[in-house]
Amino acid sequence: MTAALDVRGLTTRFETRGATVTAVNDVSFAVEPGRILGLVGESGSGKSVTGFSILGLIDSPGEIAAGEVRIDGDDLRAMSPDQLRRMRGRKVSMVFQDPMMTLNPVLRVGDQMAMAVRVHDRVSKRAAWDRARVALETVGIPAPAERLRAYPHQLSGGMRQRVAIATALLHRPSVIIADEPTTALDVSIQGQILAEVRRLADETGTAIVWITHDLAVVSSLADDICVMYAGRIVESGTAEQVIGHPRHPYTRGLIDSVPSRGQPGEALPQIPGSTPQLADLPTGCAFRPRCSRASELCRTDPPLIGKDHTALCHHPIEEPAP
Amino acid sequence: MLGYLIRRLAQAVVVVFAMSIIVFTGVYAIGNPIDVMIDPGATAEIREKLIAQYGLDQPLWRQYFTFLANVAQGDMGTSMVYNIPVVDLVFSRLPATLELVFVSVCIATFIGIPAGLYAGYRPDSVAAKLIMALSVLGFSVPTFWIGMLLIMTFAVNLGVLPSGGRGDVGSLLGIPTSLATLDGWSHVIMPALNLSLFKMGLMIRLTRAGMVEAMRTDYVKFARAQGLTDREIIFSHVLRNISIPIVTVFGLELGSTLAFAVVTESVFTWPGVGKLIIDSILQLDRPVMVTYLVLVVILFVLINLTVDLVYARLDPRVRLKGGS
Repeated sequence: MTAALDVRGLTTRFETRGATVTAVNDVSFAVEPGRILGLVGESGSGKSVTGFSILGLIDSPGEIAAGEVRIDGDDLRAMSPDQLRRMRGRKVSMVFQDPMMTLNPVLRVGDQMAMAVRVHDRVSKRAAWDRARVALETVGIPAPAERLRAYPHQLSGGMRQRVAIATALLHRPSVIIADEPTTALDVSIQGQILAEVRRLADETGTAIVWITHDLAVVSSLADDICVMYAGRIVESGTAEQVIGHPRHPYTRGLIDSVPSRGQPGEALPQIPGSTPQLADLPTGCAFRPRCSRASELCRTDPPLIGKDHTALCHHPIEEPAP
Repeated sequence: MLGYLIRRLAQAVVVVFAMSIIVFTGVYAIGNPIDVMIDPGATAEIREKLIAQYGLDQPLWRQYFTFLANVAQGDMGTSMVYNIPVVDLVFSRLPATLELVFVSVCIATFIGIPAGLYAGYRPDSVAAKLIMALSVLGFSVPTFWIGMLLIMTFAVNLGVLPSGGRGDVGSLLGIPTSLATLDGWSHVIMPALNLSLFKMGLMIRLTRAGMVEAMRTDYVKFARAQGLTDREIIFSHVLRNISIPIVTVFGLELGSTLAFAVVTESVFTWPGVGKLIIDSILQLDRPVMVTYLVLVVILFVLINLTVDLVYARLDPRVRLKGGS
């Protein structure tokens, strides 16, 4: 099966005063239709920039320096700006973190969605509103015809995020990039949206890249997981593999930092130190200064170990005995 | 909505009243107009008679109530200098100012907003930097000086435009205006351009600032992620969002230009109300001063009311309160 989204060697750099920062460094992953990939990392790990790079929405002073982005086999990086624009919304779309900000406050929901329909399909305004209404129904919004006439401030946060997801779904894209779409929502609303997204991926065959810092969310939602640290993917595999048997010490640290109901009152393990400045990365493994397993060897670039379940580490945690 | 309007108009009446008291007192304090108007050789007897004739021997409060009683009958008084009813005098001058301001506001808007949009869309381009540099000149170089330069260039050296005056007046939809004749346009274009420069600079900077900010917002990113073209994003999404500060400044500028286009009118000897008020102040022509300033207050109140109504049209989050 061809992957809906195939990213190879993606590298995005930002020119800042006197220094070049590599925000996304040689990132590769693939997502098959109907599957959900969780892209996990702390703030500043480059996960959002990866999302924007896939859509070709990196503004100056940023630049996609290398790599391929294929959607249904077509290389986006080889396209002209206008061809690329026509892929956006139609083949690949994006949902953002803050539902309060992603909708234009002064336009009706229906007008915004109709605009998104008519960019790619030459249909009448009325037909576009009909399509928008159907899309709202798909994401489980009650009384969709009324919601279309509403302005964004008249809707709740969860409702707005559903509108954003419905907008992203209008053209049945092959791929949706979801950049922390539930982070700003209540936990109960978050649960509803996650269930909805899982159902949509299964029913429509859309491949979804779910960008988040919340390991608990991805472990219940995603089929596959990639863990990013300082612009690189340091571990990838199926959700069971990565959560069940992490091989990279960073992933292990992340999993241990999630509070569980098991031991109330116990001190939560933390990863010491903080995310490094991208402009000032240590040589070799970027996680080295915070890692308990680090040795002199870690001053050199770490190797990629494993086959399906990979990790970028000199001293990976041993695989469990079969 | 109707309740809101009624409340605002009631407030406006209070403002106009308060203003009339302030103006009346202020004008009273400036000095006695008889001293300015009378022949220095006139006897004390004639002087006393004139003062009594104009009611200037009465205490201030009685003068004010006489004024109010006359206004209630539709009589704003008679100019002491021109000896014609003040209302006729002001309204004979008002069209000239209105057309001048109208043309200058059009120039400022139709050049300033597109220029500002471009400067905000491509902030690093050479054209954008040029636009911004010109906008600084627009509101930092004194109006009268630019006016004189314009006259030097176009009237004196090139000889293509007249240096001042209003030109032929034609009739447009029954209103006498110089915008109906070609000669009228040749007279109005230079003062209007002069008057527009400050506003244009302001419009450019406001539009640019709004544009730069708006292009970074999530809703613009989201629109781009849907494949909308930059043109659609700017004209359908951004322009409406950034129009609120622009409308505010537009309203304020419109009011102050209408009321105080004095400098430009003087430089170009444009026979508008601005020149009339300056002359009246010099000659202590009280009725004209009071009437004109009250008219200015009414203008400002109306413009602000219109701006508020436009807000509510532009931004659905604005709710007009009151009356419920």
